[in-house]
Amino acid sequence: MLQTSKDQPEAAVEKIVREEWGQVLATLVAYVRDFSLAEDMLQDACVSALEHWPKDGVPKSPRAWLLQTARRKAIDRFRRQANFETKRAELEILTNLEQQIRPVEEDTVAETIPDDRLRLIFTCCHPALEEHARVALTLRTLGGLTTPEIARAFMIPEITMAQQLVRAKRKIKVANIPYIVPSPHLWPERIESVLTVIYLIFNEGYATSSGNQPTRADLCHEAIRLGNILLSLVPQEPEIAGLLALMLLHDSRRPSRTNRDGNMVTLEHQDRELWKQDHIDKGVDLLQRALLMSRPGPFQIQAAISAAHAQAKSYEETDWHEITLLYGKLYKLQPSPVIQLNAVVALSFAHGAQAGLTAMAELDAHGELAQYQPYHAARADLFRRAGLKEDSVAAYRQALEFTENAAERNFLEQRLVEILE
Amino acid sequence: MQYLLMIYAAESENPKPGTAEHDKMMQGFTELAQDLEAKGLMKGGNALDDVATATTVRVRNGKAQTLDGPFAETKEQLGGFFLLECKDLDEAIQYAGRIPSAEFGSIEIRPVISCGA
Repeated sequence: MLQTSKDQPEAAVEKIVREEWGQVLATLVAYVRDFSLAEDMLQDACVSALEHWPKDGVPKSPRAWLLQTARRKAIDRFRRQANFETKRAELEILTNLEQQIRPVEEDTVAETIPDDRLRLIFTCCHPALEEHARVALTLRTLGGLTTPEIARAFMIPEITMAQQLVRAKRKIKVANIPYIVPSPHLWPERIESVLTVIYLIFNEGYATSSGNQPTRADLCHEAIRLGNILLSLVPQEPEIAGLLALMLLHDSRRPSRTNRDGNMVTLEHQDRELWKQDHIDKGVDLLQRALLMSRPGPFQIQAAISAAHAQAKSYEETDWHEITLLYGKLYKLQPSPVIQLNAVVALSFAHGAQAGLTAMAELDAHGELAQYQPYHAARADLFRRAGLKEDSVAAYRQALEFTENAAERNFLEQRLVEILE
Repeated sequence: MQYLLMIYAAESENPKPGTAEHDKMMQGFTELAQDLEAKGLMKGGNALDDVATATTVRVRNGKAQTLDGPFAETKEQLGGFFLLECKDLDEAIQYAGRIPSAEFGSIEIRPVISCGA
């Protein structure tokens, strides 16, 4: 028996429960084929753990204990219900639980329980589910975040979040979305959906477009944790390593992205001493291993761009030629105006503000980014660097029109004041 | 379980009879139907005549109203359907992707509620 921390046994137990949540839930869904039921079963087991572990100590295999308790609690629950109304489907599950599934002994070592999390990730991120629901379901089932926690993180009402989760779980059940790792011909579409969900979670934490807190570290940590889990389950997929590298490299800069007043600090003015070197090292290492597999993809390229920034000793020493080339490659894979905008900015640092303005003219003509704050901010900066003061002021004012984030607003206003002085 | 695959497309987008595209589409339908029959998954399905032939019926306060036209005036219209027996949604999605009209229209997949049994 392991001893829990004497000071805060509940906190220690909660931490273990949280770590085990995803794996235990994945196994339970495999048993009962019902997300809501599996969640109720695990919830019951967790309540029991919080009751017993602080006084009896944490069992040798918390996972086996939680599985066994969840199973036993479910059987009790069904027996009680069966007395009143005999539901055929539930009786079937009860029979399954009692007979077909070999009970997990409490002294089972965790390693001998099959890891079902990969199936769980693919089901939660199934493209037949609405995108926000995929994000919420992934955080709920794999991350063990509660519905109020997810609602808070995404700044939407709790009731809305709860409804989204209920709808998604019902669709999985009724439309029979399979609980499997998809077959090879479905793999490219499905893995892309999984990676997109994880990156959405990260981005929501890293750059939020509303609210006054520019970063919400918890979501970033959770996305990185999920990336690590996914990589450990599928080490041969280079885009997973690419995504994890990208998140680590971005996250390495988090301490320097805002100053003491909560204002946003651009890459140019960030204190590079604050960057988390261990994150950079791990990100670069992961990226190199991914690139060796010779199957490049959008996440690997974005990670390479982020790595070029992370490895530059100062803003002036940034390899803008390399970054311009990488954006060109990325644009070929994902021809979006936002990527083109980034390419233009990189080009302007490699070849000068005038060259940037010339390249920008093409984007101006398309007008697709007319409502996009970073587009106006980038134009404003190019005009400023080219010495076109009036154009710059006008562009900063447009950028201010389209910002919803207080930190961004402060930054843009500051810039405007500097120019007008 | 059963899934209804509903084929929606703008009628103007459909290949015209007599063209090579139309022949290719019809051949695609025939091959898909044969494959589904051979696997025992085909529970029903057909093409529908155009919306100009549609009639909509409502009963309000016990009184039937019969109207010319489809239930909803939309650009894309229901043009045909497959009723398939599939093991899960992924299998239904796989066959939906093989319906020739998926290349210009859309296929809506709906699980069928199993009654009784």
